[in-house]
Amino acid sequence: MAARTLINVPPKAKRGEIIQIKTLISHIMENGFRSDNIGKPIPRDIITAFTCAYNGEKIFEATLYPAISANPFITFHTVATESGMLAFQWTGDNGFSQEATAKITVE
Amino acid sequence: MTDPTPRMNTTRRAFLTVTGAALVVRPAKATPASMAAAIRQAIGETHVKPGRIKLNVPPLVENGNVVAVSVSVESPMTEKDYVKTIHIFTEKNPQPNVISFRLNARSGKAEVQTRIRLADTQTVVAICEMSDGSCWSDKVDVILTLSACLEDPI
Repeated sequence: MAARTLINVPPKAKRGEIIQIKTLISHIMENGFRSDNIGKPIPRDIITAFTCAYNGEKIFEATLYPAISANPFITFHTVATESGMLAFQWTGDNGFSQEATAKITVE
Repeated sequence: MTDPTPRMNTTRRAFLTVTGAALVVRPAKATPASMAAAIRQAIGETHVKPGRIKLNVPPLVENGNVVAVSVSVESPMTEKDYVKTIHIFTEKNPQPNVISFRLNARSGKAEVQTRIRLADTQTVVAICEMSDGSCWSDKVDVILTLSACLEDPI
């Protein structure tokens, strides 16, 4: 159940610089309000939470609801403090969980 | 033989089943009141003032399935004064909540972007909560030509 993820983090940044992080994950985000061609409701299947940790410290969180488009795209900012790893995690309905990481070098 | 009751009963039952099913299947719709309730649940009883936050949504949207939205808040983003949360709500989507972001002093800049679904021509509201507990809001009226969420899958 691996979903494709796309992370855009600048590979290099100056210390104290504000960097923009763009994230995208492939997911259907079935909102649970639709029915199929015989009128049977389609069960909800969405991503409900997104977190980003910078060297283990949580820097950003989001709670998603059915009104988020398919393939959720989230952009946010953080201050580049030290070189290391940015860890992203998406969790959702039906035990969905996907992780991704990105490296950043701070000079 | 001439008693029409059995036939009428069946019709009535069938009618009730059909309408009942339709009522169940018909997606619920948020109302300004349910949006207000969702806002209260998210930020408590704090008084919400207009200003400081800017919600960017195109005023005319062709496709409600993907609407690019960005929210920015005027804040120095220091340990003492930063934006804690940013919420987006809608008035007429099936559910008033859209997304909630939690930021902290390390964010550097209180600006987020995402893509949302809109089910109808309606007002979109963004609310932020600051570290000092104050809440600010901005709203945009969006006109929609093709709605999301409610049509059947292809």
